[in-house]
Amino acid sequence: MNIEKATVLQARGLVKRYGHVTALDGADFDLYPGEILAVIGDNGAGKSSLIKALSGALVPDRGTVKLDNETVNFKSPMDARNAGIETVYQNLAVAPSLDIADNLYLGREQLRPGILGTVFRMLDKKAMHDNARQKLSELGLLTIQNINQAVETLSGGQRQGVAVARSAAFAKHVVIMDEPTAALGVKESRRVLNLIKDVRDRGLSVVLISHNMPHVFEVADRIHIHRLGKRHAVIRPDTHTMSEAVAIMTGALDPHEHAAGAFAA
Amino acid sequence: MANSSTLKTTETADHELVAASASGEVASFEAEKLSLVEKGHRFFHANPTAAPAIVLLLAVIVFSLIIGDRFLTPFNMSLILQQVTIIGILGIAQTLIILTAGIDLSVGAIMVLTSVVMGKMAIDIGLPPEISLLIGIATGALAGYINGLLVTLFRLPPFIVTLGTWNIFFALNLWYSKSETIRSQAIEQTAPLLHWTGRTIELFGAKLTYGSLLMLALFALIWYALNWTAWGKHVYATGDDPGAASLAGIRTNRILMSVYIVAGAICAIAAWALIGRIGSVSPQAGMTANLDSITAVVIGGCSLFGGRGSIFGTLIGALVVGVFRNGLALAGVDVLWQEFTVGLLIIVAVGMDQWIRRV
Repeated sequence: MNIEKATVLQARGLVKRYGHVTALDGADFDLYPGEILAVIGDNGAGKSSLIKALSGALVPDRGTVKLDNETVNFKSPMDARNAGIETVYQNLAVAPSLDIADNLYLGREQLRPGILGTVFRMLDKKAMHDNARQKLSELGLLTIQNINQAVETLSGGQRQGVAVARSAAFAKHVVIMDEPTAALGVKESRRVLNLIKDVRDRGLSVVLISHNMPHVFEVADRIHIHRLGKRHAVIRPDTHTMSEAVAIMTGALDPHEHAAGAFAA
Repeated sequence: MANSSTLKTTETADHELVAASASGEVASFEAEKLSLVEKGHRFFHANPTAAPAIVLLLAVIVFSLIIGDRFLTPFNMSLILQQVTIIGILGIAQTLIILTAGIDLSVGAIMVLTSVVMGKMAIDIGLPPEISLLIGIATGALAGYINGLLVTLFRLPPFIVTLGTWNIFFALNLWYSKSETIRSQAIEQTAPLLHWTGRTIELFGAKLTYGSLLMLALFALIWYALNWTAWGKHVYATGDDPGAASLAGIRTNRILMSVYIVAGAICAIAAWALIGRIGSVSPQAGMTANLDSITAVVIGGCSLFGGRGSIFGTLIGALVVGVFRNGLALAGVDVLWQEFTVGLLIIVAVGMDQWIRRV
């Protein structure tokens, strides 16, 4: 792989300390256009701190984050969102009593044109519903018949679908997904994995955080292995096996002793 | 990716392969047969105001049958509307707070305090009544701001905050008014605007007060704000799940703050309606108003856990209480049974909410 290729999202030397605990210890990160990059690591390896730093939920003590080669300083998740990075959180961040369209547009509602919007702040419900319907059908989620249905009446997989649709609909560059299949059954996981591939095929880059090795090896183009607060190695599903990935992740295997090597250490 | 399949198959668990061949649909909606109870549940879940509306309708029918002509007259109906005006307006403020999963025990105290402020400004200080009214509304908003600040900045539970400010606002009210009532004649002479809410217009034998019309207008305004603006969606989302709402980019503390301020200002409008209704400004008025407003909201189908309920439910809830009190009184039933009935209604309403909230 060509390391010189332009990155969509890049981080260098991220450091984050909480008192005596070092969560990020000079972590690097590279995400290329149109790829699914899985991030794996043991509990406490600092992968969620890394993801939070990239999605604006955490401000690193040191280090730089570059989006399209421009240095960015995210102070809040809204900053990251405005820059085109959408995150699907593990708890989905949906409002259960609001309907699907409301949830898709939560926090970025569309107002009616003209005086109704500027003075009376009236929502353009029709446009939001029509767009929501279109986004869901693009993502093959139209099994959800009624866009006015409250999210709490949906199954776990469908809620995940709504959360993924929300991020895919608004992301301009990157979709970050934190354990999107953790709470799902086998069939529902399958649906979400296909959805992740769809998102990539639409030209977006995807960061997938998962503990589920079969899922990671199925959809990821590259796998970023996080260990002890930094990027330990980057491997590919076609050069390494799952057990090798786990061995590298836990420190049982030195990535450089592997025949295929590793792309970064 | 294509030539990686050999490695992957060996690693992929069997159950995954089975799943891959299974249908891709996650959970399409089967047209399953629903029992009557399940159908009812879905209906009430989708229409939170349906249950109180049915209770209101049944109550009106039953009282009409028992009492006869005296109950279902335009005059009596407008009387009920007059009787629920103050609780209805406070109920609007209470609904906003309860939608955010809070509760406001201080609404009654804010109302009395602001009524005293309005009266003092107009009568004792001699400011124009319009200005006095605005100062009263600003005082209400300030009281709400204090509640909101304690809830958001100091992260105290709304129940405790407003239990405290209830006492504080009430004490301030007694101090500022020196426990003295401002007489009705004085208000009528110098600040008739404060009595405007008590004036009536006749319509087909109904005597509607401007206070009642003001209440209906406020309901319409807040209904619009809750259902047709982003602010309203954010109020619901914040009450539903504040963590999720803030991850979705909503500044939940700002929403809470705005809700408490608006609620405080609405309490001041209730104070205006209070002056119109009793004529004088009394620091002892409206003692039970805070609990009555919670009653109206709860009977109206608003969930005390936040994020669920409609503003018109509260209007219906207030009317249910009004119809029961009026009907029982006309039927010659002792006042204590009115209280008893209202108590029953509250428990039934909360029981309904628990059942309806289950998905």
